[in-house]
Amino acid sequence: MLKVRMIPTLLYKDMGLVKGVAFDSWRPIGSLMQAIKVYNMREVDELLYLDISATNMKKSPDFQLIDDFADECFMPLTIGGGIRNIKDIEHLLKVGADKVSINTAAFLSTSLITEASNKFGAQCIVVSIDVKRIDSKYKVFIHSGKVATDMDLLEYAKMVEKFGAGEILLTSIDRDGTMIGYDNELIKYITSNVSIPVIASGGAGKYDHMLQAIKIAHASAVAAASIFHFTEQTPLEAKKYLKKRGIKVRY
Amino acid sequence: MKTVAIIDYGMGNLDSVKRAVEECGGFPIVTNKKSDIQNATHIILPGVGAFPLAMEALRKSKLDQLLSIQVIQKKIPFLGLCLGMQLLAKKSFEIKETEGLGWIDGEVIKLIPNNKYERIPHIGWNEVEFIKKSPILDNVQSGKDFYFVHSYHLICRNKKDILALTPYCGKFVSVIGKGNIFAAQFHPEKSQKVGFQFLKNFLQL
Repeated sequence: MLKVRMIPTLLYKDMGLVKGVAFDSWRPIGSLMQAIKVYNMREVDELLYLDISATNMKKSPDFQLIDDFADECFMPLTIGGGIRNIKDIEHLLKVGADKVSINTAAFLSTSLITEASNKFGAQCIVVSIDVKRIDSKYKVFIHSGKVATDMDLLEYAKMVEKFGAGEILLTSIDRDGTMIGYDNELIKYITSNVSIPVIASGGAGKYDHMLQAIKIAHASAVAAASIFHFTEQTPLEAKKYLKKRGIKVRY
Repeated sequence: MKTVAIIDYGMGNLDSVKRAVEECGGFPIVTNKKSDIQNATHIILPGVGAFPLAMEALRKSKLDQLLSIQVIQKKIPFLGLCLGMQLLAKKSFEIKETEGLGWIDGEVIKLIPNNKYERIPHIGWNEVEFIKKSPILDNVQSGKDFYFVHSYHLICRNKKDILALTPYCGKFVSVIGKGNIFAAQFHPEKSQKVGFQFLKNFLQL
């Protein structure tokens, strides 16, 4: 049976790893290579690396940096941040990404999703959707949460599926870094309306939050950052916890 | 010395495969050059991408003919990975009907979910259950999890080519073996310890 994936998230900004709250108040959390080595040793299910300043600084992905750390990364790797075109995707796959995560560029040009999916296969095209709840309505944000759009969330999620996305990385901006739990209502809203896998992101603070996102909201994978950076909790312990409660994990 | 030609036809996670081969004690060359491929003791065909474009790239560069000579005639040990496994089929129905290398009797079709919890693409860790003994599966336990990321799978017409199955959308073929030709639907280069054992087994052939 397919296992639920536990995905540590590494956010990269201005030369180092950071973690914030609600896409703001970033604080440095240490060296990238060190983090990669630790997760490699711990045999995590998958690693998500997002360069959160690239798009806003109008920069391409830092291919050299990614090439360097991907060489040490013998686990599945998803890379995002600064992807603008097919060439960027091709380059990232070549240097070691297994999947690429596209946010702003996918929103601004949905044809990029189709083109990428036709060329590289839907399985490696992750569309990242950042969501904030405003007046009890879900709003899609782009540019690392800096720019609000008028797109209806459900319509957008269905559209990216139709256009060839292989997976959705669904992040609640409100819950990001709060460690109060995933927005399960949001996640379920999307998992029940698309048939591609959905990665839940934003809000994990304890193992039970992951359990809820999987059991109640039917996430195919749970991404988490703060819980692993700021607490003693580890991906392995998280999986032990889930396994005891009947969730299929790789262990 | 095990010189491993990793075929570069413009569509693969070439660096990952190269690094994994290095870690497993082989000498990888990422290449599309005739002489490199002719001198290799082992050949790996990786692949991330859509079938029609991949076949077009192989045919345009005449790599399909060169591979046939090395693998079918000269019997050099060969390993196809992910799309590199699917390309061995007679044909594929991904995007449009396309003829494959035709080394394995079978065709490539999309996974069909049995229920709403089976989402496509099949992404993540899943079991590889052995149904036949093979040196490529030595020292790996049947039922261990390997990393998959795909929407299509190869249906083998010849049951004796099937080495292992994986439970998703029914059971699909995850490892095949036919003489010196081996292939896996999963990514051993990303499957950590078990994946490396699998690659080491290949290098021993």
